[in-house]
Amino acid sequence: MKQGIYTIADHFRLAKDIYKLTLLGDTSAFTAPGQFVNIKIDGFYLRRPMSVHHYDKNTFSVIYKVVGDGTRALSRLERGSTLDLLTGLGNGFDSSKSGEKPVLIGGGSGIPPLYQLCLQLKNEGKKPSVILGFNTEADMFCIDEFARIAYEVRVCTADGSFGESGFVTDVLKTMTDYTYFYACGPEAMLHAVYEGTAVSGQLSFEERMGCGFGACMGCSCKTKYGNKRICVDGPVLEKEEIIW
Amino acid sequence: MVNTKVSLCGIELDNPIIPASGTFGYGEEFAALYDINILGSFSCKGTTKEPRFGNPTPRIAECAGGMLNSVGLQNPGIDAVVNEIFPRMKEYFHKPIIANVGGFSIEEYVECSRLAASSDAVGWLEINISCPNVHGGGLSFGTSPEAAAEVTRAVKAVSEKPVIMKLSPNVTNIAEIAKACEDAGADAVSLINTLLGMRIDCKTRKPILANRTGGYSGPGVFPVALRMVYEVYEAVSIPVIGMGGIQSARDVLEMMMAGATAVQIGAANLVNPLICKEIIEELPRLMGHFGISDLSEIKGAAHR
Repeated sequence: MKQGIYTIADHFRLAKDIYKLTLLGDTSAFTAPGQFVNIKIDGFYLRRPMSVHHYDKNTFSVIYKVVGDGTRALSRLERGSTLDLLTGLGNGFDSSKSGEKPVLIGGGSGIPPLYQLCLQLKNEGKKPSVILGFNTEADMFCIDEFARIAYEVRVCTADGSFGESGFVTDVLKTMTDYTYFYACGPEAMLHAVYEGTAVSGQLSFEERMGCGFGACMGCSCKTKYGNKRICVDGPVLEKEEIIW
Repeated sequence: MVNTKVSLCGIELDNPIIPASGTFGYGEEFAALYDINILGSFSCKGTTKEPRFGNPTPRIAECAGGMLNSVGLQNPGIDAVVNEIFPRMKEYFHKPIIANVGGFSIEEYVECSRLAASSDAVGWLEINISCPNVHGGGLSFGTSPEAAAEVTRAVKAVSEKPVIMKLSPNVTNIAEIAKACEDAGADAVSLINTLLGMRIDCKTRKPILANRTGGYSGPGVFPVALRMVYEVYEAVSIPVIGMGGIQSARDVLEMMMAGATAVQIGAANLVNPLICKEIIEELPRLMGHFGISDLSEIKGAAHR
């Protein structure tokens, strides 16, 4: 973990209530795709944890959904503004377990951290397939970006307004030859993916956090291997350790 | 040069800055960010006799001027803390720590205190009779002078280390509870623990916290904490450790002028993990600014 001041290099709306924020600054604390940052927003006491969409040598991006007053205030910040962040939080995804043909399953605002993972899997010579689920066409984002790097991208909407009609698990049922899975999305989606997959995998969880770095015990969960903190021992948990 | 040293129950601290229990774990996460040996000491995560998971999540909610938590004393139990965590802690912290002890019965407080006091890592015991997030214990011992005195006496009987009683603000007269602890043999009191509060999610129409209520901490509680430290200082002659919403060196000076011998910093650690370091660096400069050469000059100054 590192604490630092970051400059907004780019900030724009991607879809309904979905924004992409690109920050300039020290990215040396990032060690894996699927980690998160904790952003201090003026006028709000607690930082806002957000998963990292992509990072490179000196920039990184988050894609977030406006869900309340804090994220709304964040969405109004313009290029050139600075933000106080904690970076390199959480364990992130482990790409080494993926096998040859992993499937990446993302729902709504859970999709962003799968992008860097997909890129890493591709660079490792694997063939990652991606299933992206949205409520409706107006919510969609990042599809072209995934299409450029994934072996296959399948999109579904719950209301059938774009792509396949239904949930990510409906699409998953039609896929048979994947070696491993990675999932990030709403808890109900994660549970359905957990139930609907025969292979091993990793799931990224969300929880209300106090600190984001393991001090407050605010985001604890029980696993088969003992109590874990979503912020430092997660947010990614292995399928085998999860207790629903 | 100014003198930031203070003495807490006969043990000298390099400065009065102590991270508060429940906001600093066992120090490990912070030791990765800065050398925590610059601290006066720290109060470890509240520890009970048996391991505890605590309350269901969500356990955290935000509010104006701070946050609510309903963690509920999650900890690995006193045996694991004394036998595994304290020995490991020596690698990154070389000063005596404050062992924070929770309980649900007199017997539990006693057993846990006895084991904690036996560890050479521990300089003081801090007895939590004020946790608002556990039922059938904790807070119920801290809201009656008689019960507070009973826990104090029982713990004092098994500890050669100084005993600090951590008090709740969720009472009508905190000075009365502090006096009862002093009369029962307490070596110091620390205050305030969190204020009982709640938030409701307008969308679901239900409390945000799974426990329904939680403890409010953060800068919003500072004036309440300061007033209570002021009142307790007048009621007792043992040292008072002031805490509640401190987030700057100026807050530290105010707390000491109200009567605190040392201070604890809680919620601020969660938002800015470097806050204690920043305050320790700022304190001498601010003392110079206000013409304070030794912190002992200002203890209780607001009463004179």
